[in-house]
Formats: sequence, C-alpha cells, structure tokens
Amino acid sequence: MTKILAIDTSTYVMGVALTEGEQLEAEIVTNKKENHSVRLMPAIRSLMDQAGWKPEHLDAIAVAQGPGSYTGVRIGVTTAKSMAWALDIPIIGVSSLEILAQNGVYHNGLVMPFFDARRGQVFTGLYRSENGRMMQVKEDRIVLLEEWLQEVSALEENVLALGPEEDKHREALAAGLGSLLTIPAARDHAARPSALAAAALYQQDKTEVHAFVPEYLRLAEAEAKWREQQMERQQNGR
Amino acid sequence: MMKKETTILAIETSCDETAAAVIQNGDTILSNVIASQMESHKRFGGVVPEIASRHHVEQITVTIEEAMAQAEVTFADLDAMAVTEGPGLVGALLVGVNAAKAIAFAHNLPLIPVHHIAGHVYANHLIEPLTFPLISLVVSGGHTELIYMKEHGHFALIGETRDDAVGEAYDKVARTIGLPYPGGPQIDKLAQTGEASIDFPRAWLEDNSYDFSFSGLKSAVINTLHNAKQKEVEIAPEVIAASFQEAVCDVLVTKTMRALKEYNVNKLVVAGGVAANSGLRQALKQAAADAEVSLTIPPLALCTDNAAMIGSAAHILFLQEKFADDRLNGVPGLSLTENV
Ligand SMILES: [Zn+2]
Repeated sequence: MTKILAIDTSTYVMGVALTEGEQLEAEIVTNKKENHSVRLMPAIRSLMDQAGWKPEHLDAIAVAQGPGSYTGVRIGVTTAKSMAWALDIPIIGVSSLEILAQNGVYHNGLVMPFFDARRGQVFTGLYRSENGRMMQVKEDRIVLLEEWLQEVSALEENVLALGPEEDKHREALAAGLGSLLTIPAARDHAARPSALAAAALYQQDKTEVHAFVPEYLRLAEAEAKWREQQMERQQNGR
Repeated sequence: MMKKETTILAIETSCDETAAAVIQNGDTILSNVIASQMESHKRFGGVVPEIASRHHVEQITVTIEEAMAQAEVTFADLDAMAVTEGPGLVGALLVGVNAAKAIAFAHNLPLIPVHHIAGHVYANHLIEPLTFPLISLVVSGGHTELIYMKEHGHFALIGETRDDAVGEAYDKVARTIGLPYPGGPQIDKLAQTGEASIDFPRAWLEDNSYDFSFSGLKSAVINTLHNAKQKEVEIAPEVIAASFQEAVCDVLVTKTMRALKEYNVNKLVVAGGVAANSGLRQALKQAAADAEVSLTIPPLALCTDNAAMIGSAAHILFLQEKFADDRLNGVPGLSLTENV
C-alpha cells in the first residue's frame, strides 16, 4: 500500500498527515498564527516517530500546491520538493482549495472553498461531490468576492462556503448568496491534510520533482507592473 | 594520525543566487554551483524579494543535485548539511532553510546553520588557511563591516556602516549617472578611464570610530551632477566614477589599516561582493604591502554569494557540534556575534 506524507501550509492552518492507501495513520492540524517554518519539521518528525515510520518507508509526498499565502505555500512546497527529491520518490500537488472543499464531501450542492486575498479579493473555486471525490465545477481563481458571489448565485444551487477566515466575510456571503448559503461549524473551515493525501491517490498529473513549483494564481506585484509597462510600450510603439 | 574526511553539502539562498556546494574538510571545493537570477532582476533595477523567492523554489533541488553530481558524492558520503540562516531576504532564506531541513531529515544528517557574513570571511579559508588574529573587511551590497577574529568561529564586530552599505552606494551612484544594474562593476570599469579630479567628502566620523557612512558621499555626487546641470557644465561620467571610487577606497583602506595597527594584527582578509572591485583590490594591495601585512582577497567567483563559503564556515561549526534542531528558521537580521 502506498505510504504518503501529506503537507499543507498554504494558510495559517498547518496540516501534516500520514496515510497508507485509504487508511489514516496519523494527522495533526493546528490553527495558530505562528511561523510554519518553525513548526512544520517538528510536526513531521513527531508524526513519523509516532507512526514508527522512517523517511525511507515513504512512497510519495503530497503537498498543498496553492493558492494561499505565498510564503506559506513556499515553505510547504520547498519542504515537500526537497524531501521527495532526496528520497527519490514522487511529489504530488493538490490545489489548496480542493483540499478544503473535501470538508464538504457530504454536502448536497456546490462547495465553495475560499481564502482571503486582500483588497476585496479571494482565492476561490467551485466544487461538487461525486462518489466521495470533489470534482471541479469552476476552476480556481483570484477574483473580487462581490463579483464572484454574483456568478455563483446565478447557478441557483445550494452553496457550502468554506474558508479559514469565513467570519470576516460572513456579511458579504449572506448578502451575495442569501438563502442559498450554508456555513458549517467553525472547525470545518480548516483543511484536513488527510483529505490532501486522499486526493493525491487519484492525482494523475505527476510533475517532475525539479519542475514542481507553487500555483500562486497571481503574479508578483513587480512582475505584473513590469508586464503592464511592456504592453503600454508596445502599444505606443505602434 | 589518520583523519577522516568531512564532507558537507551547503546551501545559500540569502539574496538572488540559488547556490549549492560540496566542501571537504572546510578547505577543499568539490563543487560550487550557482544559479544566478541577475537577468530576471535587471528589469527592475534591483532585487525584488518576492520574485527572488519564487526563483529559489524553481532552482533549489536542481542546483543541489548538480552540486552533488559535480562533486561525485551520494547522500551516504555526506557528514552534514549546512545552510545560510541569515542575514538576508526572509523569503529567500526560507527556501534554503526548509530545503536543508527536509534533506537533513530524509538522510538523518546534522544540520548546521551558518551566518552569511561568516561565510564571506571563510571564502578566504578556501584560498589559504586562515591564521589568527586577523582583521576582515566585509564589503557587499548589504554589508560594510570590520571584524576582528582571534580564532576560528570567533567574530568581534569593530565597525559597521551607519547608513548605506558600500555596494548600495555604488548602485545608487550608478543609477544617478545612468548606468545599468548592477552598478558596482560598471562604475569600477568606468573609473579606470577617468581622472579622480573631484574631491568628494570622506566621512571619517569620530576620531576613534571604525564605523562607516556613505550616504553623504552619495548625496554629494548627486548634488555635484545637479549643480553642473543647472550651470550647463558637462562632467564626464568617468570623472564622477573615478572620484567616487577614490573617496570610497580612501575611507575603507584608511580605517582598515588603522584597525590592523591598533589591534596589532598583521593578517587581513577581504570578503563580500565589493571585494571584486579592482580599485579597492589595488588600493588594499598597496597599503598592505606598505604596512607589511599579509593580505588575502578571494578570486572574483568566491567574492560574490556562493555556497562554498557556507560549507567552509560550517566545517568549524561541525567540529564544535553546533547543530540546529527542526525549528531552525530564516533570520533576516541575524547578528554575527549571536551565531558563534
Ligand atoms: Zn553576500
């Protein structure tokens, strides 16, 4: 059976899990605003020790590939990528939003995971549960929450909203989705790393380890500005 | 007595170079690989931290693999994993630190955190064994420091810049006279062809101080150009470059030579990216010869950021068993004396 180490540091919820096939071996989820760089490796070592696993027992490493906090995603991806390379095993990336969407696997309707992306924007996507797996209805994106909710409410289906900072946006969600909206208990807004490992089992798309990078879904600010200037220059040149 | 070889894999990602190296016994380079991001940052006229961090993630494992391949070592040959803990750009440091922790965990290797500036000083150990006591002049885009070392692993800071680092001043002046980034080498080149006929101010600070200040000099250059423009007088850029470079070297060399004398030291080692500056190299060689001081300046490739220097500095920490645990973090403002 496939032994997977799963790592999610894409929001301030940190998750590490060990799974063997469909079985959960060990899992840790913390919801603390403390540096992932300091907490991730101790969590990995402690889980591995408790499970009695050695690094060389691992068959694959699964990681939340983004979107999310740039630094958070980078810590998870760098750790996963370096370990997978060092152990010569595959790295499997799963969308951070898809992992959170998995918390709505028993919801009848649409599942909308979202992370705050500042200035009224969110990282989000739309999913639906099919035979215990989350299938994408609308792809992951960064979008103004207000615009996005209009698009989602137009589908006229029940929507389960999941977000670690859901409380900050509750009013906007209620205003945008009205009676279509369901918000679960607070604990269900934290992604489960075991769900990441489960999704990784079905992941077909295997990236070569050196080429594996985060899915930021947004250019670095300086890069975006530079590209804008290049565009302008080209247009003026015409 | 037969001494076992110590082989260390080192990673450096504090700024805009993704670097990995394999070093034996602290003084022998088995490999030294650098993936530079310079081309990418050129567009912005300086290093953009978020973009640097993104490039580091892209390059990290392929760079380390290349270093191990060139050194012809496997994980079983390694005794320890070393990494730059700080100072530097936090997002950039985090990539190296987390990669090092992951590899150390995967292969059960001790993890050695290294101070970036200690690394620059130890670049000299790769050329010629360090002898003590010594004074080190550290000059780079982020640092201008005089360090006194009484033995391996001991660093006493005796002077530092109070404003701009010397490399920073070079870049700013280069921008003022319209030279592309990175400006330091450009000014150095231009200075060769000009006469240092403008007497720019030297900031000596207090009589007994070994500190530096370059912001006044930078302003003086800007003002001189501004005034000339208003009076519609043309000043050749090579004259500005030569005069600026002379003012910088004058202060650096004078303070360094005074420190050697006062601390009764006759060994000087130079470190950091600006040690590649030909004007400074020339001035230091002359002054060291006059004062009968032994001088080491690393070749250009070891002056700029690299991982070989981190592996060299890590060797002494390996012998002292100064290892980090799983909580090791990138520390952007790490001070040199805390690290030892
Ligand atoms: Zn440096």
